[in-house]
Amino acid sequence: MGEPTAAISTDDVAHVARLARIELTSDEIEHYTGHLGRVLEHARELEDLDLDDVPPLAHPYPLRNVFRDDVASSPVDRDEVLSQAPAASGGQFEVPPVLGEEA
Amino acid sequence: MAATSHSAADNASSGWEIVVGLEVHVELATDTKLFSAAPSRFGDEPNTNVTPVCLGLPGSLPVLNRRAVELAMAVGLALNCEIRPSVFHRKNYFYPDMPKDYQVSQYDQPICSDGWLDVPGGSRIGIERAHLEEDAGKTTHLGGADGRIHGAVGALVDYNRAGTPLLEIVSRPDISSAAEASAYVDELRTILLTLGASDARLEEGSMRVDANISVRPAGSGELRTRCEVKNLNSLRSLRNAIDYEARRHIDLYAAGDVPVQETRHWSEDGRTHSLRSKEEADDYRYFPEPDLVPLAPDDEWIAQVRAAMPELPASQRARLHECGADPEDAQVIVGRGLAPVVLEAIEAGADAKRTMTHAVQNLALDGAELLGIDHLASLVQMETSGQLTATQAKTVLGIMCERAAAGSADPAAIAAELGFEAMDTAELESLVDQAIADNPEAWEKFCAGEAKVAGVFVGAVMKATRGQADGQAVTQLLAQRRGA
Amino acid sequence: MTSAHVIASEVRAGTRRATDVLEEFLGRIETHDGDVHAFNTVSAEQARAAAAAIDASVDEGRDPGPLAGIPVAFKDNLCTRGVATTCSSRMLEGWQPPYDATVVQAMTSAGAVMIGKTNLDEFAMGSSTEHSAFGPTRNPYDLTRVPGGSSGGSAAAVAAGFAPLALGSDTGGSIRQPASLCGIVGIKPTYGRVSRYGLVAFASSFDQIGPFATDVADAALALGVISGHDPADSTSIPAAVPDFAAALARGVEGLRVGVVSELTGSGRNGAANGGPPPGDAAGDMLDGIEADVTERVLEAADALADAGATVGRVSVPAVTYGLTAYYLIAPAEASSNLARYDGTRYGLRVEGADVEEMNRLTRRAGFGDEVKARIMLGTFALSAGYYDAYYGKAQRVRMLTRRDFDAAYADFDVLLSPTSPCVAFRFGERADPMTMYRCDTCTIPSNLSGDPAMSVPFGTGAEDLPVGVQVMAPALGEETMLTVAAALERAAPPLSKPLLAGAAGSARAGS
Ligand SMILES: [Mg+2]
Ligand SMILES: [Zn+2]
Repeated sequence: MGEPTAAISTDDVAHVARLARIELTSDEIEHYTGHLGRVLEHARELEDLDLDDVPPLAHPYPLRNVFRDDVASSPVDRDEVLSQAPAASGGQFEVPPVLGEEA
Repeated sequence: MAATSHSAADNASSGWEIVVGLEVHVELATDTKLFSAAPSRFGDEPNTNVTPVCLGLPGSLPVLNRRAVELAMAVGLALNCEIRPSVFHRKNYFYPDMPKDYQVSQYDQPICSDGWLDVPGGSRIGIERAHLEEDAGKTTHLGGADGRIHGAVGALVDYNRAGTPLLEIVSRPDISSAAEASAYVDELRTILLTLGASDARLEEGSMRVDANISVRPAGSGELRTRCEVKNLNSLRSLRNAIDYEARRHIDLYAAGDVPVQETRHWSEDGRTHSLRSKEEADDYRYFPEPDLVPLAPDDEWIAQVRAAMPELPASQRARLHECGADPEDAQVIVGRGLAPVVLEAIEAGADAKRTMTHAVQNLALDGAELLGIDHLASLVQMETSGQLTATQAKTVLGIMCERAAAGSADPAAIAAELGFEAMDTAELESLVDQAIADNPEAWEKFCAGEAKVAGVFVGAVMKATRGQADGQAVTQLLAQRRGA
Repeated sequence: MTSAHVIASEVRAGTRRATDVLEEFLGRIETHDGDVHAFNTVSAEQARAAAAAIDASVDEGRDPGPLAGIPVAFKDNLCTRGVATTCSSRMLEGWQPPYDATVVQAMTSAGAVMIGKTNLDEFAMGSSTEHSAFGPTRNPYDLTRVPGGSSGGSAAAVAAGFAPLALGSDTGGSIRQPASLCGIVGIKPTYGRVSRYGLVAFASSFDQIGPFATDVADAALALGVISGHDPADSTSIPAAVPDFAAALARGVEGLRVGVVSELTGSGRNGAANGGPPPGDAAGDMLDGIEADVTERVLEAADALADAGATVGRVSVPAVTYGLTAYYLIAPAEASSNLARYDGTRYGLRVEGADVEEMNRLTRRAGFGDEVKARIMLGTFALSAGYYDAYYGKAQRVRMLTRRDFDAAYADFDVLLSPTSPCVAFRFGERADPMTMYRCDTCTIPSNLSGDPAMSVPFGTGAEDLPVGVQVMAPALGEETMLTVAAALERAAPPLSKPLLAGAAGSARAGS
């Protein structure tokens, strides 16, 4: 896939698709490798910027210490919420079996 | 170290030492969740204590619970940590009981860092950090044996627990035996209870311990490959898991092999098992949570939290020692949260020994910590003055605890209610004489110096009075009769 | 078309019925939305009930509020209780939230009547509304062209006369750019001025909700209603809400207006204003800005100078890196924000043998191409080994942008630039992702800084299509921004109405 200097490889795309839990065919992996590659190639313009003295900015407005009091409010209506769920049973959300993670 | 288990001794003799660091998650005792105003309460119908935030509904946003922060700060201060500005991050991974498929947690800037905990009678254990994070919901696996994942046909998810505030307290790898680990957790638990920061129940999961375990040649100071052991829901399993895992590592090294860094699961068959490692392990893509702003407690707020903290267990124990408690009793009293009541009652004039005896023997009760100091002191006074027998005092105390919350725990009133009048001496003397007459052989032995047969007479008198006689008074009368 | 503030004052005065107003607008939707496709949902029944309630309160002598009887369209990423909120995605098709967004509550309790939910690029990711799972919205000025995006449905609804007011969300320009392409006014307030509670998140540190209107006064009216501190949004700013309407009447005399050099490169280049000569600055100027768009911006600057403002050129160097920084940070946040669409709690599910497979198949089927691409891009930018080079560096560029704006605002009260580098383009014309992303070149810097910015129609460009001028201001500087916008509106050449057959009728109806 592309020259060795490509910003992202098909393996990378397959990896992030797994991390992001998106099923992709190999054709789609090719497609997204191109799409992401276009953007990341453009992002190379940042490589030349010396930003060591510039701290990162995570929040556009400098607020600090925002809290609420420890006072309960009324919960949402369970039936209303479960009526929107793909599958529910006995007041709970139902999912297919969960694999892995256990001895 | 005084407490050394057999296996630790074996390890030492084989030239290895154990290196343990503990990660302890505790549920903070708030009324609502960390980022949502849903009640933080267990045992209710599934999915009834949830708001849009707890369910990760599109458009919902978190707002931080001030009380959770204050409890975290108090624990940090009790653990001699620095309270620092902190930032919440998102830890991204998919799991059905994680409503947003990321966990909000403090990452490289925790609220508490660099503290220590002195284990009673032991050494100082470093605290690396304590940080706030949200708990996940609860998944119940359907169809698998014992609700386990393997063989399940599906799962049900309840988000009532999702968003419960957790404080994760991470020690440095300063713990060198199973006993020390157990003592550390016990002391931590006592501190949490004293602060009212958590109910800290290991068996019920409101306190969860993970142990990072490795071994090294004695005296080497190096850190070797560690394994993280989970599912330790009692102090016993914590001790056993450490000894088991240390032995496993030593055996591996002895066989010319090395342990693999991994997460293992303690099972009650007495072994640790490797967890199947996940394909995409450890790429959590942490980044600053944009929906929350930084937390930066100022000195004034920190001072307020510190000022509101109760006396800590170490100091409580020291004062109980001064009042004559032995270390075990002091620990029981502190562990039950009774030290403030006991110490104040003693200060108010109650007999120290009787008060502490009640705290150890008769006050393992809910409500005990709510007892009024004056009430406890006057109960002990009534007892030492002979108005109440030891047995009566215990009965009165039980009722006092039940009524403590309502504030109607006056021991004199309760004793009157129960008809606990001090028995008159003449009546008691005649009962003692009757008991001697009924048990002539025992009386002969008693007079010959066999002190333990006194129980026969005390028992008889107690039976006759349905337990209302004062055992001590009976013993005194027996001695008088023998001498006469 | 009748403007919103006229409707509200007539309804409040009892000279016009909210129900009649509503039927007029429902009629226009009925006639023309088949062509435009501004709406995903027209909530006619709820609207009729709400309008009747407004009339009832007027009858009872109660004031329904400053937006009395104004039909309003909400972008379909704003939660509305019991009314489908889809984000124009298969993933949320039919999803009915159990709660209202704070802005929806604010608008309706001020007397507005929700008329429907408008189309958008899926999860607000796009600049043309072509990336809607339910088909594109068409520009009322030319049905062969895009309305811009991602709030294309809201912009088209206002431009076509389907509602006098609409709300949209702006993450990288998604209010201002479609406002520009549809010849109307659109405001992105200061980040934190308007609560995001109930806005389905795309990129949380950029997203802001704002109004669309046909004129500056209506936009200011709506802005006043939705602004203010909300304890449910931790990033909401606890600042008082100014009287925005009062700002409109103020003159621009003495105000210092800076024209951003980097965003007006291919025009006259401001030699007259003492800016850098064309040759010098060329390397820093962003390409792809249409000449007559730049021309309109410079005319707008001249108009402000004529009205008494001091106009100069100003360099904001970091804006040239804005696009890159934005297209790393926003997808990173999106990759996390959109993880929750996993088939468990709401929305689409495609069954699988286990949870992981169910997640993968659901997300494959539920998300469109652009959304998948951005989720993967963001996942990559945050992943082990790439964080520092991509996400981390982009955040430093964000700080650089903040600093450059601060420096510019030390010398100028507001800044001027094009809103969009181009007028409305044809469907499919910008299929290449970078070409599409360049639509946001001029709008993104204000999302990086969090500062307010708005688009005001100012003449036309190619094919006689509308051009918008962007007015930018420092944080919480909405009043000055509105003062300047109102002055531009007064100076702007009259814009022809959209060519929709019935929209001409609507102009008649509104006389
Ligand atoms: Mg941990
Ligand atoms: Zn944790």
